[in-house]
Amino acid sequence: MTLVERLYLPAIFSGMIITFKHFFRRKATIKYPEQKREFSKIYRGQHVLKRDEAGAERCTACGLCAVACPAEAITMIAAERKPGEEHLYREEKYAAKYEINMLRCIYCGDCEEACPKEAIFLTDRKVDSLYTRGELVYGKDILVEQIDKRVDVTKRETSNVAEFKTHKEFAHNKTVDKK
Amino acid sequence: MTLTFLIYKAILVVVVFIITLLVAMYSTYAERKVAAFLQDRIGPNRAGPFGILQPLADGVKMFMKEELIPGTSNKALFIIGPSIAMLTACMTGAVIPWGPSLTIGGETYSLQITDINIGILYLFGVVSLGVYGIMIGGWASNNKYSLLGAIRASSQMISYEVAMGISIIALVMTTGTLSLSEIVQQQHGWHWNILVQPLGFFIFLICAFAETNRAPFDLPECETELVGGYHTEYSSMKLGFYLFAEYINMFISSAVISTFYFGGYNMPFIDRFVHDPNWLAILGVVFMFAKIAFFIFVFMWVRWTLPRFRYDQLMNLGWKILIPLSLLNLLITGVVMMRHEIMNLF
Repeated sequence: MTLVERLYLPAIFSGMIITFKHFFRRKATIKYPEQKREFSKIYRGQHVLKRDEAGAERCTACGLCAVACPAEAITMIAAERKPGEEHLYREEKYAAKYEINMLRCIYCGDCEEACPKEAIFLTDRKVDSLYTRGELVYGKDILVEQIDKRVDVTKRETSNVAEFKTHKEFAHNKTVDKK
Repeated sequence: MTLTFLIYKAILVVVVFIITLLVAMYSTYAERKVAAFLQDRIGPNRAGPFGILQPLADGVKMFMKEELIPGTSNKALFIIGPSIAMLTACMTGAVIPWGPSLTIGGETYSLQITDINIGILYLFGVVSLGVYGIMIGGWASNNKYSLLGAIRASSQMISYEVAMGISIIALVMTTGTLSLSEIVQQQHGWHWNILVQPLGFFIFLICAFAETNRAPFDLPECETELVGGYHTEYSSMKLGFYLFAEYINMFISSAVISTFYFGGYNMPFIDRFVHDPNWLAILGVVFMFAKIAFFIFVFMWVRWTLPRFRYDQLMNLGWKILIPLSLLNLLITGVVMMRHEIMNLF
C-alpha cells in the first residue's frame, strides 16, 4: 500500500461523504398501514374459480390445470351434472371437489394458462397467513367467486388474449353465445 | 458564601444534570434517526410527531422489563457497576463552562458549576473512572463474554488515554492553564485552538471515540464476538444505565471537544452585533450547544460509516501510531513555543 492508503484517512473521509450524501436521498420506506406498496398490474396472488355471466361455474374438471401445475398443488374430483343443475354448472361435467394447496403453490400462473374454459385466474389478492397447514388447502368454498361479489380479472388478460377473444370463430364457449 | 450563591449553584447543578439527561435521551433518538437517514430509511416515526416521544417509550420499556440478576454473579458489584458508569458520566459536566457569566442585578452568575483551576485533570480523572463501571460490571456478571468485554474496554481505555493525555499536554502548553474557563476565554473571537493544534485535535477526536466506546472502537460490546460484551448479563434499567451512560459520555465528549478546540461558547464576530453581555451569554450557550450537537452528529456519522476495528488493529493504532503522533505533536509544539530561545543558541 502507498503511504496515502496506509493513512486510511482519505478512505475514511470519502466514506463519510458517501454516507452524508445518503442523508439527503429519497427514503425507500413505505409507511405501511397508511401507505401500501402498489402491486404489479399482473400480480399473481390467490386464485379464483370464475363463474360465467349467468353465475354457473366455468370449471369442467378437465384436469389440465393440475397437469400443468409444476408444484402439484391442484387436485380435483370430477362429477356429472344432474338435470336441474344447469344454473350451477355450465357444462355436463364439473369439479365436485377442487383444492389448491396454497403452501405448495408457487404462483407461476401455469394453471391459468392451461385452462381452456377461462375458469381459473390468479388475482391480486394476497393469501392469508394462517397457523395450520390444513387451513391453507383452499377448497371450492374459498376459491369459487361469489355471485354477488365477482372478482375482477381483466388485469390478468394480456393484450394477446384480449385480441384473441375478439375472434368469435375461435370461441370455445359457444353455448353462451347461442343464448 | 451567601445563601443566594448556594441556591443559584444548586439550581445550576440541577439544570445541568437535567440538560445532560435530556440531551442523552434525545441522543438515542437522534442516533436512530441519523442511522436511518444514512441508510435511506425514515427511522422511528410512530411515537408522537416524527417519533419525538420515542425516547420516553424506550425508557418505559427499559423500566418495565424484567430485572434479572444471575445467580452466580456478585450481586453487590453487579449493581454497583452500572451505577458507577452513570455516576462518572454525570460528574464530568461540573467543570464545563456552558456559557459566559450572566449579570443580574449587579451580581455575576457564572454558567459553569465550578471553575476549579485543575479542570482538565478533574475531567481526565473522572473519565478514567468510567472504566471501573464497565470493569466491575463485566467481572461481577461471572460470564466469560462479559469479562472479555470488560477486559477489552479497560485495555482500550488505558491505551487511548495515553495518546489523549499527551495531545492535551500539548494543548496545555500553548494555553498555559488547566482551567477550562480560562481556556475558553483565551479562544475569544476566532482564536480557536483547532488553528493552533490541528494534529492534537485530531488525535483527541480519535481518542474520544475510543474513550466513549463508540464505533469504530466499540470492541467492548462487539456483538459478533462477545454476545453483548460487558453488559451481556444485564437487563432492565441496569442495561439502560450502561447504554445511557454511553450517550452521556458522548455528550460530554462533544462538550469537551468544543471547549478545548472549538472555542466553547465563543463565536467569531458575534460581539460586533450584540453588545448586551447578558444576551451574549445566552447566545454563547446557544453556540455551545450548537457545537455540541454538531459533534454528537459527527460521532453518529462516523459510527454509521465505519466498520469496527479488529482488536490488534485497535492496539496498533493506539500504541504504534497515535502515541508517536501525539509525542511528535508535543515536540513540534514545544519547538515552536521555544523558537526564540532555540534561535538564540546559535
